[in-house]
Amino acid sequence: MSTLASIHRLPRAAHTGRVTQARVVLSEWTKLHSLRSTRWSLFAGVLLTIAFPIIFAAVTSSHWGTMSVHERADRHPLDIALAGVNVSQLAIAVLGVLVITGEYSTGMIRASFTAVPKRLPVLWAKTAVFGVVSFLLMLPPVLIAFFASQAILSRHHILQISFSHPGVARSVIGGAIYLLLVGVFALGIGAIVRNTAGGIATFAAIFFVIPPLMNILPTSWNNAISQYLPSEAGRQIFSLTHGAHSLAPWPGGLLFLGYCALTLAIAAVLLVRRDT
Amino acid sequence: MIEAQGLAKDYGDKRAVDGLTFSVRPGIVTGFLGPNGSGKSTTMRLILGLDAPTGGDVTVNGKHYRDHAAPLHEVGALLEARSVHTGRSAYNHLLALARTHGIPRRRVDELIDLVGLREVAGKRAGKFSLGMGQRLGIAAALLGDPSTVMLDEPVNGLDPEGIHWMRSLLKGLAAEGRTVFVSSHLMSEMSLTADHLIVIGRGRKIADTSTSEFLSAASGNVVRVRSPQAAELGRLLVAPDVTVEALEPGHLEVRGLTAVQIGDVAAANGFALHELTPQQASLEEAFMDLTREDIEFRAAELESKEAVA
Repeated sequence: MSTLASIHRLPRAAHTGRVTQARVVLSEWTKLHSLRSTRWSLFAGVLLTIAFPIIFAAVTSSHWGTMSVHERADRHPLDIALAGVNVSQLAIAVLGVLVITGEYSTGMIRASFTAVPKRLPVLWAKTAVFGVVSFLLMLPPVLIAFFASQAILSRHHILQISFSHPGVARSVIGGAIYLLLVGVFALGIGAIVRNTAGGIATFAAIFFVIPPLMNILPTSWNNAISQYLPSEAGRQIFSLTHGAHSLAPWPGGLLFLGYCALTLAIAAVLLVRRDT
Repeated sequence: MIEAQGLAKDYGDKRAVDGLTFSVRPGIVTGFLGPNGSGKSTTMRLILGLDAPTGGDVTVNGKHYRDHAAPLHEVGALLEARSVHTGRSAYNHLLALARTHGIPRRRVDELIDLVGLREVAGKRAGKFSLGMGQRLGIAAALLGDPSTVMLDEPVNGLDPEGIHWMRSLLKGLAAEGRTVFVSSHLMSEMSLTADHLIVIGRGRKIADTSTSEFLSAASGNVVRVRSPQAAELGRLLVAPDVTVEALEPGHLEVRGLTAVQIGDVAAANGFALHELTPQQASLEEAFMDLTREDIEFRAAELESKEAVA
């Protein structure tokens, strides 16, 4: 423990002026990268995005000779390349929730809202910083995953697909865009729920529980409704092929973007109204 | 300058703050005194706009806190509940707050030195002791060189050296013409630091007066008398509006007479006096007198609740 300085007088400092959105963005960037949990979650996201396709490709390649025609038909090179996205979305979503609920659980939110009492600049800055960081960090892994899995599958001509093939570049880059949007969606959920466990559970319910539950419905209803669920709509961004009962990439992506905007709008209204 | 007008806050059907009207002036230390749960922290949260008032209004330097373009330059606040992410270092915590106002890094370093956290500035705040956490909170409050400083229980968890430091810091801030508003439930602490007191109980204002007036007005003056003839002297002093209490042989506490009057009686009767000291009621006693009704009411409330259960 250090001893107190002998100074009992607060040194004066020039007043540096008003709170601006740009300054709050810089503040949120400082907050994001100065937490160990952020670095670990993002590292996990990067690792999962690269590792799963490589393992998937290696297993497929080594067992190709013994696979049935049926099994072979199930293996699509782009599904293999983007297999990691389905896994790393969980790491990104958990981090998205934590970016805001971590402030509520520790009390940091009171310091944040004392510095920025209008509050909304904090939500916008968190969203922007986390979205941009997620995208920039996840884009190289999806590209690496694509080329690495293709290299591993190079012995199997049928599993080769060119990056310039229609829809391939869109799907691969779409993987990173999808992760960005998942993170933003989860951040919005976190801001509404204000509790880490509750936020993660809500996200998991929307993405992993409700979609299979749709199978309870009569097939015609299921086909009509499921494609509009956030997870289904979002998935189209990084899917090369689209079934009869799923949206095309652009409508799907825009619908998912709409869900993100709606979640953030609800969060914004509640953020301004609620006591902290 | 903080001005509250009929400020009220309900949490569910519980009224935490009940029609508080007061103003906190610059240039002096104003103590905000009340027992735990009397609404001090809630009032401070209302001042900062963290909670919205159910009724009334409160402004800082003439505006709602939320409407200030650079709030950290207006008000520096330390809240009772910790407001630090446990996973972030002290330095980065202060830096993140500083950046919202474009406050430079060297100011962050300056504050870390001022509160004596240099050696632990890179450690995670979650590992901090209560006292270190308190110092970090004070550094955050002073970051923007604010004209109003509002601290909720600032000496909480500080060691004696830290408490001494805090007292001189508060007095220094007030001497520079800042508004200093400090809450405490430690009345003895307030009597040493505060020039003015706002006393609340159960969310209502009980007193709003200078510390010296508060002390002299409360619970009547007592004079301590030591004399070998204490028993005889006591018998002579007793009157309808005078009470004499014999604490031990040769030692009396007299209420209702001044030291001069007692000395004259003793001299007239040839009694030797070994001590004749006017006692100022401690702030604790004064406070207990003022809030007795509240406390009794609460005790009764508790009993009736127990009776129901």
